[in-house]
Amino acid sequence: MSEISNQLESLSYKAQQIANEASQLASSVAETSGGHSDFIIFGITVLVLACFVGYYVVWSVTPALHSPLMGVTNAISSVIIVGALLAAGPVDSNISKYFGLVAVTLAAVNIFGGFVVTNRMLSMFKKKQ
Amino acid sequence: MSTLTTAAYLVSSVLFILSLRGLSHPSTARRGNFLGILGMTIAIVTTLSNPGVLSYKEIGIAFLIGGLIGTSIAVKIQMTALPQLVAAFHSLVGLAAVFVAASAYYNPSAFNIGTVGSIPMGSLIEMSIGTAIGAVTFTGSIIAFGKLQGFVSGNPLVFKGQHFINLLLGLGIIALIVKFCIDQNQELFWLIVFASFVIGVLLIVPIGGADMPVIVSMLNSYSGWAAAGIGFTLSNNLLIITGALVGSSGAILSYIMCKGMNRSFLNVLLGGFGGEQAANAGGVKDDRQAKQGNAADAAFMMKNSKTIIIVPGYGMAVAQAQHALREMGDLLKAAGAEVRYAIHPVAGRMPGHMNVLLAEANVPYDEVLELDEINRDFSETDVAFVIGANDVTNPAAKTDKTSAIYGMPILDVENAGQVFFVKRGMASGYAGVQNELFFRDNTLMLFGDAKKVCEDIIKGLEN
Repeated sequence: MSEISNQLESLSYKAQQIANEASQLASSVAETSGGHSDFIIFGITVLVLACFVGYYVVWSVTPALHSPLMGVTNAISSVIIVGALLAAGPVDSNISKYFGLVAVTLAAVNIFGGFVVTNRMLSMFKKKQ
Repeated sequence: MSTLTTAAYLVSSVLFILSLRGLSHPSTARRGNFLGILGMTIAIVTTLSNPGVLSYKEIGIAFLIGGLIGTSIAVKIQMTALPQLVAAFHSLVGLAAVFVAASAYYNPSAFNIGTVGSIPMGSLIEMSIGTAIGAVTFTGSIIAFGKLQGFVSGNPLVFKGQHFINLLLGLGIIALIVKFCIDQNQELFWLIVFASFVIGVLLIVPIGGADMPVIVSMLNSYSGWAAAGIGFTLSNNLLIITGALVGSSGAILSYIMCKGMNRSFLNVLLGGFGGEQAANAGGVKDDRQAKQGNAADAAFMMKNSKTIIIVPGYGMAVAQAQHALREMGDLLKAAGAEVRYAIHPVAGRMPGHMNVLLAEANVPYDEVLELDEINRDFSETDVAFVIGANDVTNPAAKTDKTSAIYGMPILDVENAGQVFFVKRGMASGYAGVQNELFFRDNTLMLFGDAKKVCEDIIKGLEN
């Protein structure tokens, strides 16, 4: 356990360093190009770092809770609802808005279903009395 | 995006990370789930406060309908049906990703990515990749759901040239994406969706039922990458971070499952493993007779044992035997025995499935141990009680280099003083390999339905 936390600590330090470099890089790119392209490099930086965070956090999950882990990750992957809400947001009706509304419904099924079923699973895990 | 919005999304991301972190121990796990809910709430409220989001009424209705459906399913579902439920949920994330991408394509200005027909190249690439992954996740999860639920045969469906067709389709999708990024043509967009739907089906049909833990984990991972892909389209770090967390989580679980079977990920993906074909091939009959016992014998012997380890497998889930099994364990404990449970990494149809079923039956989690924790103890154990598991106990994995399961980590039940095998018949397990343990001197077979056998033993113990 302490080994993992040490790793996490050193990792977060490295992450901060990389993030600093990335923000410098991003701002220098923004000066020259501007627009969307500067997000791509920044986004990839975030993606790679988040993969590392995910790697260490998930390895620390006890195998007994791997099913609840799938429940939670299933629920949080529905954070895609953010995109669905933006799509469904405009007042005027068009195909794009309807796609958005369908996506909101699908993601909502998942969010509620995922968290509720995980809670059900976790409430059953009890220690010896 | 305003600074406040960005900050709120960052809080959400951190809460999601802490939510997974909470699962490191059962005592902190429920708090973890709560943090996840909190993170999701913040993300949704923040997005709703975006000036571009105005149609609250319609959104509210859509959200309510989805929420009601999701909650009612999650409240009712039987714990033995968890794997198919998770597979079904993954398919929804995939489909939602496709819809969000389609929406972005038809109304890019809502996402600040240009106007119809002149979406920047970068956004098009991200959009089409997110769409393709989402579509594969959708149909792949539906097939996995069908196999787990029994709508589709659990046997691997293999045909000649299968992998070649998949390869062609994969290359075709890449070509379509390239063309789409240049032309921005709507037919091309839907062609990408369609081709990805097809490849999703083709990828999963050759994979056998018992390999589904790997596949469900893999699709879990895909649903994460789809979310991350959409995150790039929206320039939204929250989606990217969450997608990466989910993506790596699914990938790690697939890795753990593959290791538990000593097979490579590619070997699982190529499919064709297990099912009837393998069972026939492995059916080189030997005339050895396994010793058969009855529940009364088992009850008598276990009553006089000091240490007992129970090894549950998928058969226990199928027979819904977990409650009867726990009752049997309680009676044995009352008779003075130490009862523990040993879980193989690939027992059941999803990672951690057995732990949930035992928890459902009120088995305390500190009596349920993983392979590494308990494997040495079998040699000092009086009785190993194997219920609904087979391949994961087969010593051929350690000795027989020609065996299909050679190298797979197994539970060393053969080292126990006495082994009981609860099985419906002498059929070989998923890998189609005969378990030589059945013919050992210290093994007694208890034929019958797992639940029925447990109930009979309970009767024997009560007398």
